[in-house]
Amino acid sequence: MDFRLTDEHRMVQQMVRDFAQKEIAPLVKEYDRKHEPIPGVLERMGELGLLGISIPVRYGGQGMDYITLGLVSEELEYVDSTLRVVMSVHMGLCALSILHWGTEAQKQKFLVPLAKGEKVGAGAFTEPGHGSDFARIQGTARREGDVYILNGEKMWISLATKADYALVTMRTDPHADPPHRGLTAFIVDLHSPGITRGDIKGKLGVRAGSTGWIAFQNVEVPVENRIGEEGEGFKVTMSAFDRGRYTVGAGAAGLIRAALDASVAYARERRTFGQPIGHHQLIKEKIARMARDYEMTRLLYLHTGWLMNQGQRFTRQASLTKWFGTEAAFRAAHDAIQIHGAYGYSDEYDVERFFRNSRGAMIYEGSSEIHTLIQADYALGYRYDKPLRKELPPYDPDEWLAE
Amino acid sequence: MSKIAVYVDHFGDKVAAASWEALTAAQTLAQGLGGEVIAVVLGHQVDALAQEAARRGPAQVLMADDPALDGYVPDAYADTLMALSQAHDIAVWVFPTTMRGRELAGLTAAGLDVGALPDVTELRVEGGNIVAVRPVYAGKLLAKVETAPPAVVTTRVRAFPAAEAGDAAAPIVRVEAQVDATGQSVQSLGFSQAAQGVSLTEASIIVSGGRGVANTNKVPGDEKAKAQKGFEMLGELARLLGGALGASRAAVDAGFISYDHQVGQTGKVVSPDLYIACGISGAIQHLAGMRTSKVIVAINTDPEAPIFKVARYGVVADLWDIVPELIEVIKARGLAKNA
Amino acid sequence: MKIVVPVKVVPDTAATIKVEDGRVTWGDAPLVLNPWDEFAVEAALQMVEKHGGTVAVVSVGDEHALEAIRKALAMGAKEAVRIHDPALAHADVRATAQVLAAAVRKMGDVDMVFFGRQAIDGDTGLTPMYTARALGWPFVGLVSAFPEMDPAGRTFTAERSVGEAKQTLRAPMPAVVTIAKEFAEPRYPSFMGIRKASRAKVPVWSLADLGLDAPAAKVRWPEITMPPKREVKVEFIEGETPREIAEKLVDKLIEAKVL
Repeated sequence: MDFRLTDEHRMVQQMVRDFAQKEIAPLVKEYDRKHEPIPGVLERMGELGLLGISIPVRYGGQGMDYITLGLVSEELEYVDSTLRVVMSVHMGLCALSILHWGTEAQKQKFLVPLAKGEKVGAGAFTEPGHGSDFARIQGTARREGDVYILNGEKMWISLATKADYALVTMRTDPHADPPHRGLTAFIVDLHSPGITRGDIKGKLGVRAGSTGWIAFQNVEVPVENRIGEEGEGFKVTMSAFDRGRYTVGAGAAGLIRAALDASVAYARERRTFGQPIGHHQLIKEKIARMARDYEMTRLLYLHTGWLMNQGQRFTRQASLTKWFGTEAAFRAAHDAIQIHGAYGYSDEYDVERFFRNSRGAMIYEGSSEIHTLIQADYALGYRYDKPLRKELPPYDPDEWLAE
Repeated sequence: MSKIAVYVDHFGDKVAAASWEALTAAQTLAQGLGGEVIAVVLGHQVDALAQEAARRGPAQVLMADDPALDGYVPDAYADTLMALSQAHDIAVWVFPTTMRGRELAGLTAAGLDVGALPDVTELRVEGGNIVAVRPVYAGKLLAKVETAPPAVVTTRVRAFPAAEAGDAAAPIVRVEAQVDATGQSVQSLGFSQAAQGVSLTEASIIVSGGRGVANTNKVPGDEKAKAQKGFEMLGELARLLGGALGASRAAVDAGFISYDHQVGQTGKVVSPDLYIACGISGAIQHLAGMRTSKVIVAINTDPEAPIFKVARYGVVADLWDIVPELIEVIKARGLAKNA
Repeated sequence: MKIVVPVKVVPDTAATIKVEDGRVTWGDAPLVLNPWDEFAVEAALQMVEKHGGTVAVVSVGDEHALEAIRKALAMGAKEAVRIHDPALAHADVRATAQVLAAAVRKMGDVDMVFFGRQAIDGDTGLTPMYTARALGWPFVGLVSAFPEMDPAGRTFTAERSVGEAKQTLRAPMPAVVTIAKEFAEPRYPSFMGIRKASRAKVPVWSLADLGLDAPAAKVRWPEITMPPKREVKVEFIEGETPREIAEKLVDKLIEAKVL
């Protein structure tokens, strides 16, 4: 057992911290206010290699381990959740799904440009009528010779209008029983004919991010773009969520740390009743809870990353990390506003943005309710993980760094 | 008798006022060590400068006036100072800590292979040693340093009072410039860009802006456009007061204003009589660069901003409300140094 | 061409620096590559990218110096040496420069030495000049650009600000320069650089390895203290209108004799 981060981990952490502080922090407030993404942010993340971070060098990536993906998520969300969302969808949902399930040809064709940052990836699963009961999605993929014909609408898709590729899950068998056996996943070029997409306006949080919808009208997808087998789409999607949840949970640690740092700075400066408010016990309680929750979320995600590195199943741990982390982040941001008093209520300070950003993460990638049930079912023995036909490859430095 | 020599820093016909401060420091050393203070003026057509130096209390002015010294030529200047060291038995060199002063101090100390006490704020002689105090860690700490003559000292700008000009003028002695003809030293190929405004380190008044400058609904446009208007307004106030325009690192990093205005640990360390901080929260790195200013005024909407911890006068208000009124009041009361 | 960049490890600029029991402390703030040195590393990397060659870093210090060395390696420097010797415990700037000069000689075939303008701890900014003179090489300070760099012709030109104007200089190689912040924004370490840096074995040289005796310090630092706390109590200026506030503030500033 070893709790130390490697020099490599620490240097990546510092690099991402510098990037986010120098290039994003000065702008994020303005773009959050404008409900607009910061211009060029995906390109910069690509140039720095962040879009290929935990992908083997052979596939155009940086060959870092899965723990690094968590550390990067934490550092990015420390500054703004929109940056971490990029890691969740591009890396967690899309690129790593191709690494996990894809054929060598699919890896060469789709994973390499994603990892190099030449293309941006997303995951399109949720529909206007189906989120938590994902097995019952209605979008269809009908096979006709060498192609599938996709029809349907996907909603609440991060980077919907920015991404080039998306992992898309559709129903190939309308009569499957249980219904989740009738789903199939595809890697879809979002510039294909028949695709329209747009941004969703009026979001509570992640306003400097891009969240939208994608409509498919008779979109032809070649058979060779199918990820996994026909009927395996539910498993492909759930494994994508495992990785997405890992990054969301790790990001939550960043948001808690940001709320904590802001609160500590404020509590040491602000004086009431003749002393800094940090000396008041009810303020201390909030600070202590944030410090505790940061450490717990961090340990949870590092453990999840470690399981991923070992090639062990991490569905349960990722769910726990995401559930605990996002709820703790919401509470931390909420408390941070309380500590800041009326100033916290204004967008002069960052904490109100943290608060708005923290809210969505309790809904997406499995709502808190879903994770509560998942954890209960694991504990009660109603749920257990069956081996997958293919597992996410473990982190093997020799293999990952090989040219 | 050994001598304490002061390098009179100038560019063109404009003397860095800090040179006269170095003269004051040199007198302290002369009293403690014995010996007399001389001033050294290098350049081309520097008669007037030498005459001005002569009236500020040195026993003698050494002047090397040579076309080869036109402008500023580091190696030729350093070589000339080295030659004077030997010929005139100079025990201690005192430079103002300007850009050129620091460079020549380093080259002279290294060339003479003596110790250097750079950027000192206090100076005395104890038991024949030069003992100085100098800020380190950007002024977060003070170090006592000491060395025995021969030595080189540079005085922090605005740390010592300037030697006043009197009626009596010391004799001016012409000396030879040392110009290397072998081509093995550094040659100056020329200068471009005219002088611009008051230098930050020498300004007695600084008006400085932070990220808050862009935070207004009073002018249209995006954040950068707002910031630009804001810094124009602060620049106007600085100009009226005969001061310089500064900025926090946050404002520079956000691209609101160029780096040469940055005050702080990785910018310029300043110590003016009056520092007006507008929309600056007061990050530790910024405070390190300005906290020794005599009077600090902070204008900020956030009463909890750390800048108020170092300020003498605070105004909790929008700088966009206050600064235009300040400009008007200064004009109305005839306090403007520049129309 | 081969460019050597001497680097130093310092406490982060955001650190709260204190003196406790006569020693400088910075709490749990991280040690980092001196921010000014980042510009020197960046400039050196740009030069070898343009003209070929390698960048080597050298640092005098104990194991903590590895933080600075590793950052420079992660940015793209190819070689590194650390110099450590108990006899250097009280080295002054001049002594450090002699050590650096000896290291540059030992490294061999060095075309240029790029320094940062100063270290943010000692703030002297004199090591580069002492090193130049110890090597007997020309010195150019605060370079913001190299319009010409001609390793074959053994000459270069440099631009720099002297405050009032921009100066262009020409000097022969090898030379010692300091790099100004205006040169270029330092790059972030690359992932490949980080991997190499974290695996790098950095050789350690002692004074004996450099063929030096312990250099005597000419400058002593007998004491370091916290500056006296400035007892400033802020006086808030209030008023009904901005005009009234401005009038009152100007009154105060006249009273304080700063207007």
